[in-house]
Amino acid sequence: MIRSAWVIGVAAAAFALAACGERPQVIQYKQGAYQGKPDQKPYANAPFDGNQQKWDNDLRQRNQAQNEYKRIGS
Amino acid sequence: MARMKFLCDAERCIECNGCVTACKQEHDIPWGVNRRRVVTINDGVPGERSISVACMHCSDAPCMAVCPVDCFYKTEEGVVLHDKDLCIGCGYCFYACPFGAPQFPQTGAFGVRGKMDKCTFCAGGPEANNSEEEFRKYGRNRLAEGKLPACAEMCSTKALLGGDGDVLADIYRQRVTVRGRGGDVWGWATAYGQPGQAPAQAPAKGGKS
Repeated sequence: MIRSAWVIGVAAAAFALAACGERPQVIQYKQGAYQGKPDQKPYANAPFDGNQQKWDNDLRQRNQAQNEYKRIGS
Repeated sequence: MARMKFLCDAERCIECNGCVTACKQEHDIPWGVNRRRVVTINDGVPGERSISVACMHCSDAPCMAVCPVDCFYKTEEGVVLHDKDLCIGCGYCFYACPFGAPQFPQTGAFGVRGKMDKCTFCAGGPEANNSEEEFRKYGRNRLAEGKLPACAEMCSTKALLGGDGDVLADIYRQRVTVRGRGGDVWGWATAYGQPGQAPAQAPAKGGKS
């Protein structure tokens, strides 16, 4: 009786602890860093010569050319 | 700081392929490579819809995530670009991209896959702005000239909008307000439906998707 209780206890412990040694199987993805050449800013060259404000304004103004409600002056 | 995006108005696109032609002409794109294309759903059936698709310059781009040589980078303006000198032409980015944007020139007799080519939002690549080298590898750098993508600027019906996302949203909002409909063509409700309403319809019989 004691022997069977001992066997059952060991089996229960083995069952209960079965997953304790489990390691995560999912790969931990790490975002890579860009390995290529550095790029210039779009406003680095003429006619902007590094003036980001002018480039932003010019592009915003040009963007409105795609809005025909503005183009026809309505 | 501008956040560059494309937006295609399906109510306006007439499938003229002007954007595709403008892109090919602007960047001297070879045969077999289409940085932009027009997709039509229910083609030939009343109610068909077309949109112009290219690289969407994702905020969290899957192509960047899967690239084994980390050749992708994102500019301050939110444009996703890549370094062709690093690209090994493995094609992972093509499988990862939900829009089929990455293209691979096949020049060899045995279908040898070249370095990846994709829409650059007319922003060139990691070479000196407007240099011969940049044009040869990536096409013209219109952003550095103070211009917007050729496809959007050439669009005859102004279905395809390209530029700062905030400005595009304003243009589109005004358009939808004026015509009183069309803001619901794309989006969550179209894809998944609303409570008590069926999700997007399957392609009609006789039409092709």
